[in-house]
Amino acid sequence: MAEVAAANPSRRMSAPAAALIASAFVVATCGLVYELLASTIASYMLGDSVTQFSTVIGSYLFAMGIGSWCSRYVRRDALRLFVRVELLIALIGGCSAAALFLLFPMVDHFRVALYSIVLAIGFLVGLEIPLLMRILREGFDFREVVSTVLTFDYVGALAASLLFPLLLVPYLGMIRTGFLFGIANAGVALALLMILPRRAELRLEKVTAMLILAVLIAGFAVSDRMQRWAETAGYEEPVVYAESTPFQRIVLTRSGNDLRLFLNGNLQFSSRDEYRYHEALVHPALGRVAEPRDVLILGGGDGLAAREVLKHPGVESITLVDLDPAMTKLFSRSAILTSLNAGALTDPRMTVINADGFRWAREARGEYDAIVIDFPDPVDFSLGKLYTETFYREVKRLLAPGGVAVVQSTSPLVAPTAYWTIAETLEAAGLTIRPYHAYVPSFGEWGYILAANGPMPDKARIPDDDRFLTAEIAPRLFDFPPDMARRPAPVNRLDNQALVRIFADEWGRYEG
Amino acid sequence: MKARADPVRRALIGGIGATGIAAVGGIGWTLSSPMVPSGSMDGADVARGHRLRSGDFPAPAAIEEAEIVIAGGGIAGLAAGWTLAEAGFRDFRLLELEDGTGGNARSGRNDVSAFPLGAHYLPVPNREARAVRHLLRRLDIITGERDGAPLYDPYQLCADLQERLLWRGRWQEGLVPRSGLSARDSADLASFDRAMAEFTARVGSDGRPAFAIPIAYSSHDPELLALDGIGFTAWLDQRGWTSPVLRSHLRYCMRDDYGCEPQHVSAWAGIHYFAGRRGWAAEGAGENVLTWPEGNDRLARGMAAAFPDAISTDRIVHRVARDGDGIVVDSFDTAAGRTVRTIARAAILAMPHFIARRIAPEDVRRWDGLEYAPWLVANVTVDRLPTGRGAPLAWDNVSSTSESLGYVVATHQGPAARTAGTVLTWYMPLSRQAPAEARRLLLERPEEEWRRIVLDDLLAMNPDLEGAVRGIDLWRWGHAMARPTTGMVWGEARRAAETEPPLFLAHSDLSGLSLFEEAHYHGTRAAEAAMRHLGHAHETLL
Repeated sequence: MAEVAAANPSRRMSAPAAALIASAFVVATCGLVYELLASTIASYMLGDSVTQFSTVIGSYLFAMGIGSWCSRYVRRDALRLFVRVELLIALIGGCSAAALFLLFPMVDHFRVALYSIVLAIGFLVGLEIPLLMRILREGFDFREVVSTVLTFDYVGALAASLLFPLLLVPYLGMIRTGFLFGIANAGVALALLMILPRRAELRLEKVTAMLILAVLIAGFAVSDRMQRWAETAGYEEPVVYAESTPFQRIVLTRSGNDLRLFLNGNLQFSSRDEYRYHEALVHPALGRVAEPRDVLILGGGDGLAAREVLKHPGVESITLVDLDPAMTKLFSRSAILTSLNAGALTDPRMTVINADGFRWAREARGEYDAIVIDFPDPVDFSLGKLYTETFYREVKRLLAPGGVAVVQSTSPLVAPTAYWTIAETLEAAGLTIRPYHAYVPSFGEWGYILAANGPMPDKARIPDDDRFLTAEIAPRLFDFPPDMARRPAPVNRLDNQALVRIFADEWGRYEG
Repeated sequence: MKARADPVRRALIGGIGATGIAAVGGIGWTLSSPMVPSGSMDGADVARGHRLRSGDFPAPAAIEEAEIVIAGGGIAGLAAGWTLAEAGFRDFRLLELEDGTGGNARSGRNDVSAFPLGAHYLPVPNREARAVRHLLRRLDIITGERDGAPLYDPYQLCADLQERLLWRGRWQEGLVPRSGLSARDSADLASFDRAMAEFTARVGSDGRPAFAIPIAYSSHDPELLALDGIGFTAWLDQRGWTSPVLRSHLRYCMRDDYGCEPQHVSAWAGIHYFAGRRGWAAEGAGENVLTWPEGNDRLARGMAAAFPDAISTDRIVHRVARDGDGIVVDSFDTAAGRTVRTIARAAILAMPHFIARRIAPEDVRRWDGLEYAPWLVANVTVDRLPTGRGAPLAWDNVSSTSESLGYVVATHQGPAARTAGTVLTWYMPLSRQAPAEARRLLLERPEEEWRRIVLDDLLAMNPDLEGAVRGIDLWRWGHAMARPTTGMVWGEARRAAETEPPLFLAHSDLSGLSLFEEAHYHGTRAAEAAMRHLGHAHETLL
């Protein structure tokens, strides 16, 4: 290990020594950047930034301590080990941000992955500084070595902590920042290998360095795509469209002929089996109205329920009330989506109103022969308002004599109490109900409830061209086996939001 | 030596260069850090209030007549007017200093939502609060009866989720901390709860509820009234409740309702906060509150709508004096720039006591020790809804580490289920300093500084709002509410609340507790007393 300087402490030695000291600076900068990346991603994924930053920084420093302590067991060839350690840091650190992003949706114990990476980098950085000091000691006064190495270590830390929030995160993004510093890390190691006198002996390291550099440069180049994968990974299928509106995040995924819509990460339909869901939603209600002329759809901005409504020849007008203009715009313009909803949103009989359903129903006047209520599941308190007794009283008021409403009512198998809470609430609002369910593979067993101002006909007219629902099958949907049978449930009111709590509880238990 | 120093020097120059660039960037970034959003700065009209102090008004230039004059258009004055109108008594005038009625219950509005400037909710009233219930029925807030109990309009009852507390980095439901408590904390919280439940159910030696709302219906049992003679903190010490978690929760409560630190509040008032409410409603709504995007202005406007023609705004009442059996009220019309004399047979002074005393010094007695808490209210317009770890956004959102009382969400009560942005009404009583000093601070600190304080406090609770704050409208209340300090509620000094007909006082000051129900009670009571004095037949609502 005396090769660097001891052999000939002259001017020739200055280049390798400078490279070594520069690498102390780079290692310190990169080490801190990796640490900041891990902390930021942890706060981003897990929330509570104070806890995430403290625990990540704490375990990083602790791992550095272990690394430093272990350096005492390195007895031979500190320089070779130094280069290897630097290359390992470049690889692990450089890929850490990408790995954390991609792992998050896939692994159950994200913290295990997070702390493994943090501890590994910390350990390696901790090992590196003592090694560096030992290497440089041969050519320099020890007093000077300690002072120089630690100075660069700390200045590097400052550079990293300033660059990170100012330039790196805003301009490069986290995945790309990780790769960039990995490249710097590997680059310094490679430069070191080139400058050092023992070129022949370090051929293996040199090849490895080039390979790692190539991997990191490739990673840097495809960072953007990776960022998209990170989202895709959460959705299982490639994301073909994503938009954040003031109200929700709209994501479309596509794999082969399967197009899926997610709102805030919750599946709304899969094009493979949505016909089952929408035929079962619309026809039992419209088929029980003698002459459905004016139809109201609340929610359903994808236009798929409207497509089914338009199969009833007597329909003269459809009013569709959906909160988000981005949704209805998307489903009236995109060719692939209008072929799915048969252009229902641009049909001359259609009036699209972008308004809050809760507010609209309260202020609306007029009467509708059929009302199709197709809101997202009651996953939060604002959606929960659309399933309350108060809201259903407005729906009741908007029903024409002989009119029928239908409510999509979550899964009676997964969340039976939630399902029967909706039934109980409709009855509390003074409506007569008929609960039923259908099997939709991408959702599972799904529930609906018909509601009207009085008894409804037993039989419904079902359009001939339905792929799922037929006149023979339709009556069977109204039978409930014991595991979905009616059970005691509360009334969902604005001031108790019982449904949101029950729904979260039952789905939480089902999904573990 | 030179040879060895070279690499170090090169590396050093590089390092310093990099650091220099980073430092310049850092300074640039700091300077461009998010600007404090702008907004309005307003409050109770200080100039008009102060003009009263100087007493510099011209002699009357016009004369009008009315059977009854109500001076003051806050909740007490509006309740008096509403009670007169309800009894078919039409010949009265209400004179208001500001350009609109409503007092502490006034509201503002922007393109996102209406929002309160002060009082923002009314708890579901107790059985004994008959007059308030009568009003709520007339305003269609009580829509009927179910199982013998009043049925409230669900749109006006506070929707779930009502409250959340930021406690140890996580939002939890409710305002009492529940996790990570020591055995001592849990024991004290539970024992305090039990004691308050006992006080809530307690009936005094005279058969009345120990703590009632309005407080006039409370028991006069000397054992209970003695609680008004000691401070709340001293009383808590006596009972041995020293848990810091309990104490900090109680501090929040006292500042929330009374704008005071617990050591200043009388024990009676302190207990009343917890033991006064026995809300009576169908469908389990008894513990809920009524609230609206515009806060209690809904109620104020509801009352004012019963007698719009009897209201004159922009009238500074500066002198009220007896004249034979009747009374003369001089008020300065700020629009016309002249003083109007109103000759009446009776007058109701529905204004803070210190103002009533100033304009009618011969009839209104000095009230020793009565002081007012200053408050700052900020309406913060945000482009997206606050979130946070743990419990989702509630109507009332409080942080256990903040000096403010947190914020209420104006759009929580609709009319929409889901909104993109909202207005957050942020409250802070300036309770740490003595009232006069706090008032000076409130008025003298530059509005830009106040806005920065509001923004920092809000971002500490909701870092997710970074970049989403569009405007901060400040509202300063120099004399927001009377402070129910030791002896103020039941002590000797309250005799100052009494006057001789035909002059009647009506204000929540007379209760010592600044609550809608108290202001409403005193307004109703004064109106009925005035009608009795004038011999107008009516059915009492009290």
